Amino acid sequence: MRTVGKSVIRKEAWDKVSGTARYTHDFQFTELLYAKMVTSPFGHAKIISIDTSEAKKMPGVRGVLTGEGLPLIGEAIKDRPPLAFGKVRYHGEPVVIVVADTPALAKKAADKVKIQYEQLPVVNSPAQAFQKGAPLVHEQLGKYKKDEDSYPVPGTNIATHLKIRKGDLTNFWKDVEFTVEGRYSFNPSDHVAMETRCSIAEITREGRILITTSSQAPFMAKRLISQYFNEPEGNIEVHTPLVGGAYGGKASVQLEVLAYLSSKAVGGRPVKLWNSREEDMITSPCHIGLDAKIKFGADRNGKIRAAEILFLWDGGAYSDKAIDLTRAGATDCTGPYGIENVWCDSFCMYTNHPYPAPFRGFSHSELSFAIERTMNLLAEKLKMDPLELRRINAIRPGDLTPTQVKLNKSNVGDLPACITKLKELIKWEEGEVVPVNDRIVKVKGISCSWKTSTIDTNAPSGAILTFNRDGTINLMSGVIEIGTGTKTVLAQILAERLKMDVNHIYVRMEVDTQTTPEHWKTVASRGTFMGGKAVLEAADDVIRQLKDIAACVLRAPIEDLEVADSRVFLRDDPEQGVHFKEICYGYTYPNGNAIGGQIIGRGNYILRGLTHLDPENGKGKPGPEWTVTAHGVEVEFDRKDLTYKLLRAVSVIDIGKVLNEKAAKGQVMGAMSMGLAFAGRETFVMDELGRILNPQLRTYRPLRYGEQPEYMVDFIETPQLDAPYGARGVGEHGLLGMPAALANALSKAIGVPIYHLPLTPELLWRTREGLLR
Amino acid sequence: MISFDFDYLTPTTMQEAAELFQRLDQEGKSPYYYSGGTELITLGRLNMAYSEAVIDLKNIPECHAHGLSGDFLVQGSALSLTAAEVANFFPFLTSVASQVADHTARGKITIGGNICAAIFYREAVLPYLLVDSTVIIAGNKGITAKKMSDAFKEKIQLKKGEFLVQLLTERKWLNAPFIHIKRRQQWQTGYPLITIAALQAEDGLRVGLSGLCPFPFRSAAVEAALNKKEFNREEKIREALKAMPSPILDDVEGSKEYRLFALRNLLEEILNWQEGGFKLENT
Amino acid sequence: MKTHNLVLRINGEDRQVTVRSADTLLYTLRGRLGLTGSKPGCLNGDCGACTVNVDGWPMKSCLMLAVEAQGKEITTVEGLHDAPIQKAFVEHFAFQCGYCTPGFIMNCHSLVNNHPGADDKKIKEWLESNICRCTGYAEIEAAVKEVLGKKS
Repeated sequence: MRTVGKSVIRKEAWDKVSGTARYTHDFQFTELLYAKMVTSPFGHAKIISIDTSEAKKMPGVRGVLTGEGLPLIGEAIKDRPPLAFGKVRYHGEPVVIVVADTPALAKKAADKVKIQYEQLPVVNSPAQAFQKGAPLVHEQLGKYKKDEDSYPVPGTNIATHLKIRKGDLTNFWKDVEFTVEGRYSFNPSDHVAMETRCSIAEITREGRILITTSSQAPFMAKRLISQYFNEPEGNIEVHTPLVGGAYGGKASVQLEVLAYLSSKAVGGRPVKLWNSREEDMITSPCHIGLDAKIKFGADRNGKIRAAEILFLWDGGAYSDKAIDLTRAGATDCTGPYGIENVWCDSFCMYTNHPYPAPFRGFSHSELSFAIERTMNLLAEKLKMDPLELRRINAIRPGDLTPTQVKLNKSNVGDLPACITKLKELIKWEEGEVVPVNDRIVKVKGISCSWKTSTIDTNAPSGAILTFNRDGTINLMSGVIEIGTGTKTVLAQILAERLKMDVNHIYVRMEVDTQTTPEHWKTVASRGTFMGGKAVLEAADDVIRQLKDIAACVLRAPIEDLEVADSRVFLRDDPEQGVHFKEICYGYTYPNGNAIGGQIIGRGNYILRGLTHLDPENGKGKPGPEWTVTAHGVEVEFDRKDLTYKLLRAVSVIDIGKVLNEKAAKGQVMGAMSMGLAFAGRETFVMDELGRILNPQLRTYRPLRYGEQPEYMVDFIETPQLDAPYGARGVGEHGLLGMPAALANALSKAIGVPIYHLPLTPELLWRTREGLLR
Repeated sequence: MISFDFDYLTPTTMQEAAELFQRLDQEGKSPYYYSGGTELITLGRLNMAYSEAVIDLKNIPECHAHGLSGDFLVQGSALSLTAAEVANFFPFLTSVASQVADHTARGKITIGGNICAAIFYREAVLPYLLVDSTVIIAGNKGITAKKMSDAFKEKIQLKKGEFLVQLLTERKWLNAPFIHIKRRQQWQTGYPLITIAALQAEDGLRVGLSGLCPFPFRSAAVEAALNKKEFNREEKIREALKAMPSPILDDVEGSKEYRLFALRNLLEEILNWQEGGFKLENT
Repeated sequence: MKTHNLVLRINGEDRQVTVRSADTLLYTLRGRLGLTGSKPGCLNGDCGACTVNVDGWPMKSCLMLAVEAQGKEITTVEGLHDAPIQKAFVEHFAFQCGYCTPGFIMNCHSLVNNHPGADDKKIKEWLESNICRCTGYAEIEAAVKEVLGKKS
């Protein structure tokens, strides 16, 4: 192949190293007004009164908004007031917005807003939310509008309930000789994209709603604003420039709505709403927390026969994307293992916590922590090598997934091959624990994972190709450049299909919903697959048009023509041909006659054969394919202090086909780094009032330079037959098994099973000493 | 984004600064001495610091003094932590300072700013506490010199309108054996769970701690326990732990119980270092 | 005075600007001078995305008032033109979303100029001042080491 597989430098690279790459907050103009939110200081409290009179009197203040009279919004269940009304349900929830001439004035005025609260009992964990008699986060749950496949239970804190019922339910534990059980939990945390979210909104005199936003889902923002506020879709234009990191957190639609309402409150003038870091962490959607209970039963050979799984997802104050996260958790609940009997209840629980957005891996790193710890418990009970236990149970073509999709050689990767590679890379034969001296040991932990992408069954992706008169091509796709390099990969796919130089392809980085064909959302590692399929179709469309004209010019049948190197030529006589530049805007004969005309390529893709899940047993096809992974982590552990250093981290991923090697490795290493930070350090620390005590980067600490391990990334290539060049999704997968692998290593190191995250030395100490709180 | 407005004043003499402060205070402007200024900027945007008149001390030459003079090392309060690290007159300070915040921030944070900070770690004070440096303080009534042991009780004891000008450290201390260990909640960055600094003096071990209590401190009782010749290691540690001031912090960095576990190990490390002839790597 | 008319020396040019005393250098660069290459990530001195060079040293521009920057030589990412570190970042894929990149580059630029022989410890000491959330830092390490390797 000419371009696919090569480490092509990303198209926006020099902009990004020169400061000319523009992100939403970089757009500024003199007539812009600035919005500032007033947010809740409590987890759960009744709003007694809101006094905005002083703020309104301040010079330079152009508008003050409260939640009164606004419709309820939300993706799956309309349970969320855009601004809190009646009561606040989480610390950081926006209550009032002030719009003023400058950021400083807006803040000054926001500080003058007086809100009186009366605190209410706080629901501080999903397990607590699940208890009978728990305080209710939503008293009116039964009255909310909702999607068909959300199943809230009025009078409780259950926002939805997904059931997986697979296999022999009457003799569920029949062949089981050994069982293990574990209860797991971790708090919500955050994505910490370096660019905090920002939206700019303006409403023109014609009623056009113009929004610029740092989002993974501008098309969804358009649809939702239309739906929430009865605005014609055609009136809404959403622009998204480069996005400064997203990881799922920018797939939720929140600031767009608030910026729109702010603009509306000031007669449509343009208003910018930009999150401070603190707001971005707690006011905007976070990374989901989980309480889980897992029970596995195996026969004496180590074959797992039955799995009983309970997930209580921390849906936070509002369900929004948590409904989908709960469903995704259910669909792949067992991890990548072929288990005949599966019983899973996946509940989305309302709590008084910030509500979750998708987070890289979409419930899979979270569920993998619980599943893979249980796998190690089982290995210990069976006195079996944990890697061997995984190999024995690895899901394979012919197996049924928890939602009863029959797997084949295309729709699932080769997990045993990943395990074999991992074994070699992490030097498993050295042993799990290798003493360095009487105090220090090197310890290894491993895990496996998998993931399908449970996106909307009818999610579309489109691409448009236009030509420049020199024969170069412009590529327009609705995929957002969030850092994954997907737009460059799309150019590679196009260059490969057209057999042309990738440097002759120009990629439009910005997306606007009016002129860019829709790509559903840039999530779920679907950009390359769906965007790539659309680009391939557009490329074929262009080839057909080019050949049509060239056939006339060359007076040859279409089937005799080839396209390569920006030319159309005769297969048997390549010198006889025309360059794109001679035909892409029509061919002009010497006498002035012209034929053909401007070539515009179009392509689209829609996933095929996906279904909703049966509400009684979960049966259905949630996603097109499963990427499988095997991971390992090695730490240097101090047995006295219980401190440790990350030495090595390994990910082996069946990627189908490597399209851009450095970019793919970069995606995987980045995801591993994020997974290790989530595993080892990142968590919201909450007090009994549901307040987050560490909403700053000095107290909530992502991995920093020098703390990272040596990364080892390797790929297995089992092609997904209907994907562009066989490629599978890979943007998320490096993360999936990191928390579990690290927890497995550290459980081994302290000799006591670990059930919680993050894996701080204090947690290790508490676990070892039996002092868990 | 600091939403309040303030006057920004740049006095060039100590007297001018002190007079400005007094006048602005009388005018009700909540004057604020500023050197690195990182705390005003970061707390100001959260409404946790406020002033209508900021007095920047960076243009006062005495606050920038840096070098050996007679028997003393003279360090101006407005020196950045990086400047002190680079010159490295006082390796103990270098070691402690080089773990405060991060390298870039240390180019802005000053010695005086760290010692006088509102945030309770104030780690840069530890070396000065242990060698009992002399503190030069300026105010409306002129200049006073105090021993650090008198000037610093949990925090720097400044009267209204006073500011820290210089730290004078006797030469004999500059190369005394020391150890400094900063233990964090996890890995190598972030606030201290506990920072311990120790120095071997002729009269015995001196020990300072930050992050254990909501203030940095040096305790005579703790040192007495660690220096008691009749005690074995275990007794030294046990008695030192008993002598710790209260309250022990219980916060997002770590619980009280865990801090005490970590502290015990750190005290052992200090004794190991002492018994091993002061040879351990500084960590 | 609560506002000031300043002349700041930025990227080799004298730039006139009116600021509030309370305006940070970052806000002034972005909001007043249109130099949006320096990025706000926390306004708290924690993330390093706003790092510029002041008299050749790295400085978090959110931690400096514009009034403090008078008389100093300020370099922002816009002031670099094909600096070796920029090229190395491109070739080593040392960024993904690119948001932390200007800050990282300015920190690395100052590091390679001030310490052309920097060892691992020195590199770590300097670069732990910035957060990159996309890469796992391996590519950044490769980029900065390539430039250091060529210098020493």
